[in-house]
Amino acid sequence: MATSTKLTRSNSAGWAFALPGFGLMAVFIIIPFFFAIGLSFTNQRLVSPNPTEYTGLANYRQLLGMGVITLDAVKDDAGQIVRDETGAPTFPRVRDYTRNNPDYPQLQGMREWFSWGSDTSRTYVLARDVVFMTALMNTIIFVIVVAPVQGGLALLLALLINQRLRGINVYRAIYFMPVVVSIVVVSLLWRFIYDGNSGLLNNMLGAISFGAIKPVDWLGNPNTALGSIILMSIWQAVGFHMVIWLSGLQTISPTLYEAAAIEGSSKWQTFRYVTWPGLRNTAVLVLIVITMQAFALFAQIDVMTKGGPLDSTQTIVFQAIQRGYGKQDISGGSAISVILFVLVLTISLIQRYFTREKN
Amino acid sequence: MKYALLSTGALIASVAYGTMAVAQTDLTMWYHGAGNEVESNIINQIITDFNASQTDWKVSLQSFPQAAYNDSVTAGALAGNLPDILDVDGPNMPNWAWAGYMQPLQIDESIIADFLPGTKGVWDGKLYSIGLWDAAIALVTRQSYLDELGLRTPTLDQPWTKDEFMAALDAAKASGKFEYAFDPGMAWTGEWYPYAFSPFLQSFGGDIIDRSTYMTAEGALNGEAANAWGEWWQGLFTGGYAQVTQDPADRDGGFAAGKYAFSWNGNWAALGALKTFPDTLFLPAPDFGNGPKIGAASWQFGVSASSQHPDGASAFIQFALQDKYLAAFSNGIGLIPATPSAAAMTDNYKEGGPMAVFFELSAAQGMLRPVTPGYIVESKVFEKVAADIANGANVADTLDAAVDEIDADIAKNNGYGH
Repeated sequence: MATSTKLTRSNSAGWAFALPGFGLMAVFIIIPFFFAIGLSFTNQRLVSPNPTEYTGLANYRQLLGMGVITLDAVKDDAGQIVRDETGAPTFPRVRDYTRNNPDYPQLQGMREWFSWGSDTSRTYVLARDVVFMTALMNTIIFVIVVAPVQGGLALLLALLINQRLRGINVYRAIYFMPVVVSIVVVSLLWRFIYDGNSGLLNNMLGAISFGAIKPVDWLGNPNTALGSIILMSIWQAVGFHMVIWLSGLQTISPTLYEAAAIEGSSKWQTFRYVTWPGLRNTAVLVLIVITMQAFALFAQIDVMTKGGPLDSTQTIVFQAIQRGYGKQDISGGSAISVILFVLVLTISLIQRYFTREKN
Repeated sequence: MKYALLSTGALIASVAYGTMAVAQTDLTMWYHGAGNEVESNIINQIITDFNASQTDWKVSLQSFPQAAYNDSVTAGALAGNLPDILDVDGPNMPNWAWAGYMQPLQIDESIIADFLPGTKGVWDGKLYSIGLWDAAIALVTRQSYLDELGLRTPTLDQPWTKDEFMAALDAAKASGKFEYAFDPGMAWTGEWYPYAFSPFLQSFGGDIIDRSTYMTAEGALNGEAANAWGEWWQGLFTGGYAQVTQDPADRDGGFAAGKYAFSWNGNWAALGALKTFPDTLFLPAPDFGNGPKIGAASWQFGVSASSQHPDGASAFIQFALQDKYLAAFSNGIGLIPATPSAAAMTDNYKEGGPMAVFFELSAAQGMLRPVTPGYIVESKVFEKVAADIANGANVADTLDAAVDEIDADIAKNNGYGH
């Protein structure tokens, strides 16, 4: 209590110094944050003579609306299932049920997201906004892969360079270099590396396999595009998290290691019982930072694939910007941002809960 | 009170001083061509000539890089400080006019009677913008290729039909001389897709939107013709005639390197092609059943809605419409001059000039992109349609989804004022 009164009463110089920072944060972060929440409940456009109207949850319904429909395979007059050349049963076109079908008004405007089923019937999961759903799933896949791999790789690098060897600073600099270079430049360079015809990666694979590996259009193939971006993103930011791990490593008292050495602990035991517990807070920080950064995936997508091919690299932030700015739908973009905020907040709270100090 | 009196006095004095010393009223102008020295010189020359030619107005120019121009105008409009005169990309004009950024020009129709149709920006029955030039696209190839492959040279009166075009691609593919028979320019993502590829759709008989009402895309973008276009478009890539992902370097230099037999490219690339291959031909667009079509409309000049002096702004634009300036822009940066008389004054577009064909193409085949404020969204939807279908998406489903998105956007905007 005493400290807080002291902070507010007799620290005017401190507050004065903080004011520009607070002011800028308020103008550029805090106010836009509340703006986005407010706008997501309206039909605000970037450019429009029409008045802004309150539309309630319409934007959210449009983004998150889902439905399910089960269809039976098409049968001919004899009751036999109609099959195509490959022997697969044919099903009625989903669009016949979701477009202008008076019998299914609740499915109007939806599209097939994914489906499963047997020979005789298939269940289709429909979404009102398949592109957004795809973006959501892609982003989650990105986070699930990047968070552990990037964090783990960064720890490994940090352990490797946390040694007293000559020239170790050279390695630190090398690992850190991609972080310093602008992500736009890095993305452009990797576009050349991933080039489908004469890219560096294809040439290297061709050379080491004596031509057995045929060139792959890494960014142009829906099956490899997201993976390529994941790989490049991990490489790009691993150095940053390595430095955070490194700072964590260097706060661990050398006396603990000496004691462990006297006790005769193996390398693994030292890591498991000395290093890892000492890195607890660092680990929480790295995990949450990577998760938040991964959810904000945008620049690589914008430079390298623009969400394509066939939506295989759509992401939440890319969609928010493309709609809010490109298609001038500020309210729709805001709604996506709010969904992203809730998502990241939830996951961070869960991570915080699982990594809490257990007393 | 004393202060108020003082400042009123100062105001009167300054106004009096202003009118005495500067008889000309200041007009501001924004232009998208920053960074292009030749373009800047021409526009500065026009401004200097205009300021010297009369005593009422004095135009001053502020140039922006093209990539940042539209954003600057939007930001300027939101902040309420647009210039008097601005330039606008043709298909964006209806959006800006609808949004209240622009006002109709005070220019008599008779002055622009013989201008190319693509240079006139008409929205809601009024002329909002006028271009000093247009751009056009042609099917670029070489006479020697046509001779080798034994193909008829198509003309404006008798363009290739769809079958002839596909036979030409087949012949080029079968010859084995080319990496790909056709280069539609897939590397140029963005507005190039609707500008260059939606005319194919229109030639098939479809369109991005139903232009009779501008209220729905139903039937236009997902009808029989549009599906035929989609299947054909997808066939170009599945059939191995063209590549889906293209290296930007191949787009710029692939034709010159002999990688492609036919390249779908604009007049801006024509001089380079002619320099590499003197026998380069610029063929008219094929007729897919509903007449041959190419995109029209480039950058145009207009007056901002907030301008206090629309008469002066219009006077400047009218001054800039002189043939000598149209010719100067054409000679300087290779654009198609807006009038036949200006074309006659240019090196490339005069009769018998190496690029004269583009002037005829523009006049004969040019078709405006949908003239609606919603085009800004529709163009992005179409871009995704063209990319997804090329990448193998189901044609009918993709087109239906695009129609849904366009219709939802139109509804969300209360019909965009149509």
